[in-house]
Amino acid sequence: MAGMGIAEVGRGARVLAPRAPDGRGLAIVGKRKSRCHLVRRVAVAALLGALFVSAPAAQGPDRSKPPAIGPAPALRLPAIQKTTLSNGVPLWVIEQHRVPLAQVNVILRGGSSLDRSGRYGMASLVAAMLDEGAGPRSALELADAVEFLGADLSTSSSFDYSAVRLSTPVKNLAPALALLADVVLRPAFPASELDRLKKERLAALVQAQDNPAAIIGYAFPRVVYGPTYRYGTPATGLAPAIEAITPDEVRAFYKEHFVSGNATIVVTGDVTMALAKAALDAAFAGWPSSGPRGATAALPVAPQLTKREIVLVDKPGAAQSQIRIGFVGVPRSTPDYATLQVLNTVLGGSFTSRLNQNLRERNGYTYGAASVFDMRTSAGPFLATAGVQTDKTAEALREFFVELEGITTPVPAEEVEKAKNYVALGFPGEFETTRNLAQKLEEMVVFNLPEDTYQSFVGAVTKVTAADLQKAAARYVQPERMAVVIVGDRKAIEPGITKLNLGPLRVVPIEEFFK
Amino acid sequence: MTLRLFCTLAAVGLVAASGPAIRAQQAPADSSAPLAVPYTEFTLSNGLHVILHQDKTVPVAAVNVWYHVGSGREKPGRTGFAHLFEHVMFEGSEHVKEGEFDGWLEAAGGNNNGSTSEDRTNYITDVPANALELALFLESDRMGYLLPTLTQSKLDGQRDVVKNEKRQRVDNQPYGQAFVELGAMMYPQGHPYSWPVIGSMEDLSAASLTDVVEFFKAYYAPNNASLVVAGDIDIEATRGLVEKWFGGIPRGPDVTPMVPVPASLSEVKRKTITDKVQLPRLYMAWHTPAFYTPGDAAMDMVSSVLTGGKNSRLYRRLVYEMQIAQDVNAAQMSRALGGMFLVVATARPGQSVEKIQAVIDEEIEKMKQAPPDAREMTRALNQIEAQFYRNMERTGSFGGKADLLNGYYFATGMPDYFEEDLARYRAISPTDVQSAASRYLPKDRRVELTVVGGK
Repeated sequence: MAGMGIAEVGRGARVLAPRAPDGRGLAIVGKRKSRCHLVRRVAVAALLGALFVSAPAAQGPDRSKPPAIGPAPALRLPAIQKTTLSNGVPLWVIEQHRVPLAQVNVILRGGSSLDRSGRYGMASLVAAMLDEGAGPRSALELADAVEFLGADLSTSSSFDYSAVRLSTPVKNLAPALALLADVVLRPAFPASELDRLKKERLAALVQAQDNPAAIIGYAFPRVVYGPTYRYGTPATGLAPAIEAITPDEVRAFYKEHFVSGNATIVVTGDVTMALAKAALDAAFAGWPSSGPRGATAALPVAPQLTKREIVLVDKPGAAQSQIRIGFVGVPRSTPDYATLQVLNTVLGGSFTSRLNQNLRERNGYTYGAASVFDMRTSAGPFLATAGVQTDKTAEALREFFVELEGITTPVPAEEVEKAKNYVALGFPGEFETTRNLAQKLEEMVVFNLPEDTYQSFVGAVTKVTAADLQKAAARYVQPERMAVVIVGDRKAIEPGITKLNLGPLRVVPIEEFFK
Repeated sequence: MTLRLFCTLAAVGLVAASGPAIRAQQAPADSSAPLAVPYTEFTLSNGLHVILHQDKTVPVAAVNVWYHVGSGREKPGRTGFAHLFEHVMFEGSEHVKEGEFDGWLEAAGGNNNGSTSEDRTNYITDVPANALELALFLESDRMGYLLPTLTQSKLDGQRDVVKNEKRQRVDNQPYGQAFVELGAMMYPQGHPYSWPVIGSMEDLSAASLTDVVEFFKAYYAPNNASLVVAGDIDIEATRGLVEKWFGGIPRGPDVTPMVPVPASLSEVKRKTITDKVQLPRLYMAWHTPAFYTPGDAAMDMVSSVLTGGKNSRLYRRLVYEMQIAQDVNAAQMSRALGGMFLVVATARPGQSVEKIQAVIDEEIEKMKQAPPDAREMTRALNQIEAQFYRNMERTGSFGGKADLLNGYYFATGMPDYFEEDLARYRAISPTDVQSAASRYLPKDRRVELTVVGGK
């Protein structure tokens, strides 16, 4: 495509969302200590004399202070319409008549949290197999049919749910829905395609071991949750389980969990409720009502880490050290949700957050530092992360802990206000595209959020106080109990790390995290 | 298939993209209507070209500036400088102290970013609509008044950040050196595309304050830039604000067009490099037309027939049938001074790139022997059309409507080039695709780069 630049280099996403190895973005949720600004503030004016351009004085606008900001626009979130298909499947719709596109997502609750021991990776593989042949079509025929309509169909499974997502020009809604229904209701699960997909995933695991940024995505959750708890292994699973999965097991998993009573369909875009319901009733008529199914049993509460531990994964010659520091965080259902969004914005959830200001802007150790509360049905991890230059690894670790400890002391009022405004005022912008809107609906469905979740969110953010932040930090950010996982060049970085005396250090080979 | 191999950020600006006229709320959008993005444009007396577009879907305003300069303008010994300069642009200006640019925007609920390519540098600021004037003030201050408060420490700080960006994107990235090699193999020394945008560590170290001053004065003037303001805005009021904040910035010297040494290949250039990787990867590259010139869109169609989707010719054969490749992607990567058609494939464990290359050659030969069938053509066109719509769903950010308007203006002089761009694809016949493949993918004039494990 024109302009598909091979070499565009950006300033860096302002919030650096670490990626889980399965490609799923972590839900994103900083103090400026002006301790050591190592400045050589030679004004360039003095340096370069008359060289620089001077602006015309007198008649310009007043630049002595930033222009005042008008009153915030009223929060107008789109209306959510709800009904039920004739087979009992709930249907949620947001109309958005901007571009002639429709987004239709079929959600099956449970996801990878349903994987049984020895088969971690099953839900993900089942989801990936859905469009490898369905109804009357082979995998390639199906791809051809979808693309011919200008549609985009994808399948995925995260820890909390599986989803089949369709984006289609609205003029092709009916034929695209027929394909979607084949994928959800009539997957063929051909043995040959399963075999191919398994090999593809095994090769991807081989590739991941080359890449420090990928390795840490396997190592960190394993250190925090261990090999048994589901969150300790990526949704996509590891080699022994992937190799063991049989076509019969895939079918059995599908049959048990892909039932109408476990499903919700969300539709957004250039459609009306009446049109969406009629089209989906027609397409999904073949899905028998299974009766409502109770909420999927949540995973047990993961045990919290008790003491700090350093895990060093050797990647000889690495130009950067990948660092993740954290422990078991909170579930999405936390009553402190709004407070944690603000807290994390201060700590590492925005460009001006303390972690990014310290490690990137003030010290230049990294291209970006961030922190995340990855909220799932059960408690996902809290983590602070950055890729830092090898020869500054120890210095960077020290600054991480400066900020992780600093966040537990009172946050100055101005910083609280900035973070609250950032979260609250930016919120309406999250409801722009059909995909954005469908994503918001998915979140409500999967986490069983109250009807007024989004409407009340901004108000809840506005009420957060410095005292709330301090209380939340004391409870949810406890650096003395966190695991510190580092993937880097051991020979170059171990002595410096040891000198920091952060805690007992364990060296683990890469392969250990891929077993 | 997505082209994630190639893009560090989402394709910026010039991606073929289009959509319908914006309709009143509740009326269904009409996919048969001409694709049009209504806009107002004018040029300030200092030469700044301004494009305004209203879309009230969400209460957000996008301020989008393109400076018509990229890494292609860098001096010898200063590779990576245009991008380093981009970073410095966020560090404050005469009336905005260091840190305030980001701080004020965040306190208003806004976001910002920038990116640099060989041809241009763009800056995006997305704010709640009530903070539009703040965004214009900040953008104008760094356009007009960057230098008075520039310091060595600002430059040094961003130099460290950029070096870490290079470590992250290139040095610590499997196969990261491949694009550095490709540029050097494809283009003669001194050609603006022969060195990577990120530059070399040595050159980044060498960049001085004097370089910043010279670069700013030569290229960061209003007459070498274009500004788009889009979203929930009032057109007349916004025009007034733009005149207020940008009108007093002095015009700079004229910028002469780049006249590159010609780039062509007269033979097959082969190279094998080693990296810390376990699966070998093959890159094949050809010179192709520049963006929006004849042949550019046809080469997009060639890439779609070869690797667009699972049922595309190369993906089907290499990944599904023979199962000797882990992935395969092709793309027409077109830029202002010329394009590059690239095919990239990674071998499955135990498989060789030679075998993969033989299949690629075979499929390219088939494209030269016969035109694609009608279904392949329609499939590719429908995918491209739908992507136009998807890109039209966002006002701000990289690749949103504001960025697209600016990109079209930069490339064609016409901000609302959406319908014309789509028409380029609709006009292509199957034999056009065949002849483009014949003309631009010669077997005896190309680059073949292989990355193998072993470093």
